Amino acid sequence: MFDDPNIIVGLEIGTSKICAVVGEVGAEGALNVIGIGQSPARGVRKGEIVDATQAEECVRNAIVEAEQMADVEIRDVYLGVTGGHLRGFNNRGVHPVVSADREISADDVQDVIKNAKAINLPAQNTVVHAVRQHFFVDGQDGVTNPVGMLGARLEVEMHVVHGITNRLQNSIRLVKGLQLEVDDIVFNGLASSLALLTCEQKELGALVIDIGGGTTDYAVYANGVIRNTGALALGGDHVSNDLGHGLKVPLSRAEKLKKESGSAVVEENAKGRTLTITNELGLPLRVVNVEHLQRIMSLRLEEIFEIVAQDLEQDGALDYLRAGVFLSGGCARIPHVAKLAERVFQMQVSIGQTNSISGLKSALDQPEFNTAIGLAKFGSLKARKQGGKSSLASGIKGVIGKFIQRS
Amino acid sequence: MKTKGHETVAAENPRTRSIHVIGVGGAGVILADAMNSGEFAGARFAVIDTDAQSLAASSAAVKIHLETKLLRGLGTGGDPERGRALAQEHFSVLQSACEGADVVFIVAGLGGGAGSGITPVLARAARDAGAIVFAFVTLPFAAEFGRREQQAREGLEQLKAIADGVICLPNRKAVKMIDENTPILETFRISGGLLIEGVRGVWQLLVRPGLIQIHFEDFCALVRDRHSESAFAFVEAGGPSRSRDAVEKLLAHPLLDDGRALAEADAILVSVTGGKDLTMAEVGRVMEQIGRHRNRAEIVMGAGIDPEMKNSLSITLIAAKNATPKVEQLDPDNADGAETPESSRRRRGDAPSAPSLTLAQREQLVARHSGRGRREKSKMLQTQLPLAIVSKGRFDKSEPTIHKGEDLDIPTYIRKGVPLN
Repeated sequence: MFDDPNIIVGLEIGTSKICAVVGEVGAEGALNVIGIGQSPARGVRKGEIVDATQAEECVRNAIVEAEQMADVEIRDVYLGVTGGHLRGFNNRGVHPVVSADREISADDVQDVIKNAKAINLPAQNTVVHAVRQHFFVDGQDGVTNPVGMLGARLEVEMHVVHGITNRLQNSIRLVKGLQLEVDDIVFNGLASSLALLTCEQKELGALVIDIGGGTTDYAVYANGVIRNTGALALGGDHVSNDLGHGLKVPLSRAEKLKKESGSAVVEENAKGRTLTITNELGLPLRVVNVEHLQRIMSLRLEEIFEIVAQDLEQDGALDYLRAGVFLSGGCARIPHVAKLAERVFQMQVSIGQTNSISGLKSALDQPEFNTAIGLAKFGSLKARKQGGKSSLASGIKGVIGKFIQRS
Repeated sequence: MKTKGHETVAAENPRTRSIHVIGVGGAGVILADAMNSGEFAGARFAVIDTDAQSLAASSAAVKIHLETKLLRGLGTGGDPERGRALAQEHFSVLQSACEGADVVFIVAGLGGGAGSGITPVLARAARDAGAIVFAFVTLPFAAEFGRREQQAREGLEQLKAIADGVICLPNRKAVKMIDENTPILETFRISGGLLIEGVRGVWQLLVRPGLIQIHFEDFCALVRDRHSESAFAFVEAGGPSRSRDAVEKLLAHPLLDDGRALAEADAILVSVTGGKDLTMAEVGRVMEQIGRHRNRAEIVMGAGIDPEMKNSLSITLIAAKNATPKVEQLDPDNADGAETPESSRRRRGDAPSAPSLTLAQREQLVARHSGRGRREKSKMLQTQLPLAIVSKGRFDKSEPTIHKGEDLDIPTYIRKGVPLN
């Protein structure tokens, strides 16, 4: 029970809600979701913290709820990050093979990865992820493990996600302020895709779009590796805001209308239909045209999809998506949203399902939790990688180290 | 083609003006001949020169050969004094040539003896005959520097003092429009063509049926008493983006000094003419663009339809600038005493005693002159108002989400202009 290394927690500080998912890594390394905690978020705009005090309280609530549900003590988390400042791009590293027999050694592979990571970033930015894609040996594409191969020139493609350091630090500091350790930060789009996609889908090529409250994160997998990622500071909040503006209702009411009568496409029967908004006493306040409501929503969501499609089209990534598009996040709940996305992307679109993870059925069915589940999954994958190496000594050292850190 | 238009106007409008076009000097004769085609039908053409040869080649209806024994058939020999003396001598002949005209267009190339000498006298003769006088003159090329340049300047000053409007084409500017390798004959033809375009622009104002009419009085008030050069330009463009193309051409026009003339002008006259498919939006676009480039100028605008123009649009623009103080020092030695009081009065900036000016117009003119200072000041004080105040709601204070220059926090339906009725 005490500091169980098999317990992995994903924490997502979202714009509309803060969500902590507790996962347990089974004997075979599979993740089992055993607890979930959530709290409506305050002090977060567009995926970034604007009021640390309020946000901290919400994070604490979510963590406490998750602890109670899973009956564990949470010490460290994998933290999801997002925001409009995050960028993803592909970088290529080159290394000449100098050994006499032209055999590529493990050292050569280390060197080429090092070269690929040497990226010219603005001083204020840091790298969130540098994910290896494929190796090229003398221009030959698709090599996954070049050690032992012969070649003169070794290249590697890396996908790099970077963001502004200070803004990333804001959420890390907030979590650390709660006496929690941050194991790693993970880009939300990446986490969602980990939760949703199977290996087969990654191999075929798939796009995951996570439309949350304040941000839209997306990631493209092709040939089993990450090809593109991106974050837009657009989300469900914008939909509600548009509704509030267009229908001239307060934001809270707009939010409610969005959930109750919203649709991503204008429904056939919406024409001329009206809704009467009542106050708490049941007296009618005003009448809202359902067609307008759905049109405003449709336009905003369509625009979000179009921006993603444009970004991907520039990189030519749209041609790789043979498994189709998967939607996630709170906006995936909007009726007909897949139909709208299908119209924009001209390919099959479905609402993502967390198939590769077992556990609480209630959590796995809901698109809002995908990111947090993906964070836990990221942790489990990382733990598995390091798992073999960890010995008793290092384990004890780690525990003592953590004690020292926390005291 | 304009004949038809003119005749219809003549039929409908009993106040149709009779227009005389008079070419003076070698260049003027050639230009008048070039204009004496179907386009300017309805005008009476006359040519005046001291050189019998150039007159003989002309097709104009009236040819006036000014000659005395003094010149021995050699013309003025490039001396404007001789030209002037000669014109004074034949003042009554000139006057009779302008008899019955409401408007006289004088076309001349300044710099030579006949052009610089005769033109001012002719202008006064025409005014004495009761006509409104417009002079369209060219100034010499840069290569003709020295005496001709000086003579042209003097002639221009005198002309400005007398004529109701002077529109001048400095050939040195026109050269910029012409390819370097153009033969000299062609160069003269092109610069002449430019001047004719200017005449055509004014002509069209007078005879075309205007949808948005520029009153001739407005036009007179615009060009009169601006004792400086009026810059003019005439452009034509076709195709779907014709209004934009035309404005682009206009602003690139060398005679407008890359649009600087617009910025410096005190008054701008714009006439937009198009085929039957001319839209208000196009006129609006043109005016908006021009309006953006002017500084303090007031704009007189007109729009007209020419059924012959299909898919194309033409803009005639005349930018007039107020007198600069240096007019005073350039003192043209007046050979004629009768001219002095009038021209000096004009130079002082008083309202002119032109016979065509009614009391109301005079008041208007005075008001315009005195009101300019105040208007300028108020214009400077005007602040820029935000175009559309769209509340961004909950994103009002957060960092805006800008994608390709668009603020995505503003509701999509507003940015896309989708109406909700």
